[in-house]
Amino acid sequence: MSKRNPEYDFAWCPGCGDFGVRRALQVALEGYSVEHEEPQANNVVVAGIGCSGNMVHLVEGDQPFGIHGIHGRSLPIAFGVKQGNPKLNTVVVAGDGDFLSIGGEHLGPAANRNIDVTAVVMDNGVYGLTKGQSSPTSEFGAVTTSTPLGKIETPVSPLKLYMSIGVTYIASYYSSKPRVLAKMIQEAMNHKGFSIVHVQSPCTTYNDTYDILKGKPQEGIKGLAFEIPEDHDPTSVEDANDLLSRPGVPLGVIFKKEGQTLQDRYEGLMARAPKRTNDELLDSYLLQ
Amino acid sequence: MNKHDFVIRFAGEGGQGLVTSADALARAAAQAGYFVQTHSTFPSQIMGGPASSQVRISTTPVLCSGDGVDVLVALNQYAYDHHNEDLLPGGVTIYNAEEYDLPEGGSYFGIKADELAKSTGNARAANMVTIGAVAKLIDFKLEEIDAFITQRFTRGRDGDAEIIEANIKAVRLGVDVASTSGFSVGQLEAPNPPDYQQIVITGNAALSMGAVAAGLDFYAGYPISPATTVLVWMENNLWGEGRFVHQVSSEIEAINAIIGAGFAGKKAMTATAGPGYSLMSEGLGLAWMAEIPLVVTNVQRGGPATGLPTKSEQSDLFSCMHPAHGDIKMPVLAPGTIEECFFAGALATNWAERYQGPVIIVSEFGLAERGENIRRPDLTAISNESRATVSEGDSGKRYDSWDGSTPLGGMPTPGGAGAYVANGSEHDEIGDTTHLPRHHVRLMERRFKKLDLLNGAHYEIENADADVIIMPWGSSKGPAREAYDRLCDQGENVGWLYSVALNPLPEEVKDILKSAKKIIVPELNYLGQWSSLLRMEGYKAESITQYTGLPFRPVDLVTRIIERIGAGVTA
Repeated sequence: MSKRNPEYDFAWCPGCGDFGVRRALQVALEGYSVEHEEPQANNVVVAGIGCSGNMVHLVEGDQPFGIHGIHGRSLPIAFGVKQGNPKLNTVVVAGDGDFLSIGGEHLGPAANRNIDVTAVVMDNGVYGLTKGQSSPTSEFGAVTTSTPLGKIETPVSPLKLYMSIGVTYIASYYSSKPRVLAKMIQEAMNHKGFSIVHVQSPCTTYNDTYDILKGKPQEGIKGLAFEIPEDHDPTSVEDANDLLSRPGVPLGVIFKKEGQTLQDRYEGLMARAPKRTNDELLDSYLLQ
Repeated sequence: MNKHDFVIRFAGEGGQGLVTSADALARAAAQAGYFVQTHSTFPSQIMGGPASSQVRISTTPVLCSGDGVDVLVALNQYAYDHHNEDLLPGGVTIYNAEEYDLPEGGSYFGIKADELAKSTGNARAANMVTIGAVAKLIDFKLEEIDAFITQRFTRGRDGDAEIIEANIKAVRLGVDVASTSGFSVGQLEAPNPPDYQQIVITGNAALSMGAVAAGLDFYAGYPISPATTVLVWMENNLWGEGRFVHQVSSEIEAINAIIGAGFAGKKAMTATAGPGYSLMSEGLGLAWMAEIPLVVTNVQRGGPATGLPTKSEQSDLFSCMHPAHGDIKMPVLAPGTIEECFFAGALATNWAERYQGPVIIVSEFGLAERGENIRRPDLTAISNESRATVSEGDSGKRYDSWDGSTPLGGMPTPGGAGAYVANGSEHDEIGDTTHLPRHHVRLMERRFKKLDLLNGAHYEIENADADVIIMPWGSSKGPAREAYDRLCDQGENVGWLYSVALNPLPEEVKDILKSAKKIIVPELNYLGQWSSLLRMEGYKAESITQYTGLPFRPVDLVTRIIERIGAGVTA
């Protein structure tokens, strides 16, 4: 149930990582609006399908515009929103299944174009809404409802994937510290170009990875998550690749690169394009 | 013998300048005041392969590609073997004597166009040799061809004069060969030039121009025959402030990009053909459900799967009406002429804005690339509708119930008032997901009720009280109309019904359908798709089908319609 809409009947499970991401997104949207002196209505949240997709209905306070589209297509929809009105702050929220499996084909073009869109990916390593099937980031050998004898595909490495296709802002974090995550999301929104904040957002029902991520010293579990060293230079491709070659989940900004967005390049083209009225265009077909 | 109408076909291999020859003849004839229509067939490859391009020249507007060929120019033996059967009685073939020979005594003569062209000092004038021979056979005024050549090659460069002279000389050499042969196919009557300004344009260009005239300002597309030229047209013309055009990575990207753009306030379109259209299904369902204005043009080709990418077929009508899962019936405009392509482009753009939802234009290969001279549309007569929007303080919500008794509520624009979620899940008034029955009921009814707003498309009704009514759709309009005119001339009691809008049908058209005893639908598909849809509504419709990949010939339609008239009317 959402605060603004008592009739809304979707709820995340208790302890779901998406609560933390929701809080962070809300703070980032509000922060971005204040920073740029824009109304909340200037923000557009484009959601995919899955537990994470319901985020768009659960943002509290002043409402952004939203699209709750179809599975896997949040990036092309966001591309259309942004190019339709480049002034809109356009944010994708998607899960690992939506973003990396069915929607994986859209990552390359989004990176090639360097669309000025921010994607917040909630990675829980499982298909939660359909009750626990293997996802692209599920571990090799993972036993799920669709892999009862163990998963026989190697998992995708999202951060390496983003790096290799040229995403110009890549950050990695987890859902447990919303205020820190919010800053990262807001920075990603401010980045000119395609930015991805990849968030480990555990599914407490089907794939509870809180302990694996953060560690549990009393049981001798060392957490996978680690703070990015202070001397890491996110503008360096070498540093980013070095960082990603280490095991574990880095927490922080891995890579960022300033450059022209699709809109910058497009405006450059249009400056060279001749201006013609519709009548002039039609007259080019006149029978002489 | 005077004739008002000739078909000239150039057949050979792709890359031999077949289209160039047909276009040159078409343009020369159009400039002389005739009505022309071209039609080409070619295999799905860049160079080579059997191909042909023809032009029909007439003193009256040309409705279709005709019954057959009066003059065949066959550049190789294969072309002769495969096109000779299309020669009409009294027709003549000009064969390429540099390539092959035919035994003496037939209705044909050979020409060595390359050799003759070289003798003019311009080896590239070979097609003008052939055009000269054709002109002689149909007694086309040579001054008109000279005028065309002069205009075509006056480019303000050194050597223009020599090129013009060589081409004119090439024409004369062709004329000499035809004169020596002794053949003639008749005398083309003097033209009857229209008193209005004309443009020469293809169906895809006309459709694109029409959409832009109504304010289209966003296009995303992916190359696919025979819709590619819409993308290329947009990439070359949809320029300027506030406009965006981009070749995207798939049809799935295209449909979702225009959903985003339509949501953000743009008038957006994509164009595709069967395979791409199939990929867009899910997106079209989202656009219907979330009520996003946009236009999808499906330029049909043969199907299913890859099918016949460069042939004529009208077999996507079912999927245009019902593209996706769930209860959907899309608004569909099916232009049947080049002019109608222009107006469909404009009207679809306006319809999308007016009813805040997706609109389908179903065009066809036979319209897409054929060139024709038509009246220059008056752009000031094209309306430029924009969706109703909302302002601060408006009490209405995006997805309020609607029964048609009040104007449709506004669609909020991102950045402005009325924030909502455009939702593909069933939703409440502000777009939040809901599973409550009452929302599914009221919004289902709203989505279908909105179709009532869509009117203003062109329709034609003649002899509506006849026992048998001919109702073609889309590109079969031309040959069906020619067949209808001949049947009327023969004294057959037939009626004519035609509507560019296939959904929703205009009330006047529905009234005729309700009372009609027998409706015959000529259509290029196996299933008889339009007559099936009409029967679903309870109308007494049956199809005359053809699935050869070629357009109908009027002569065949006349025979087949007479058979159906003879079969009588069942009670």
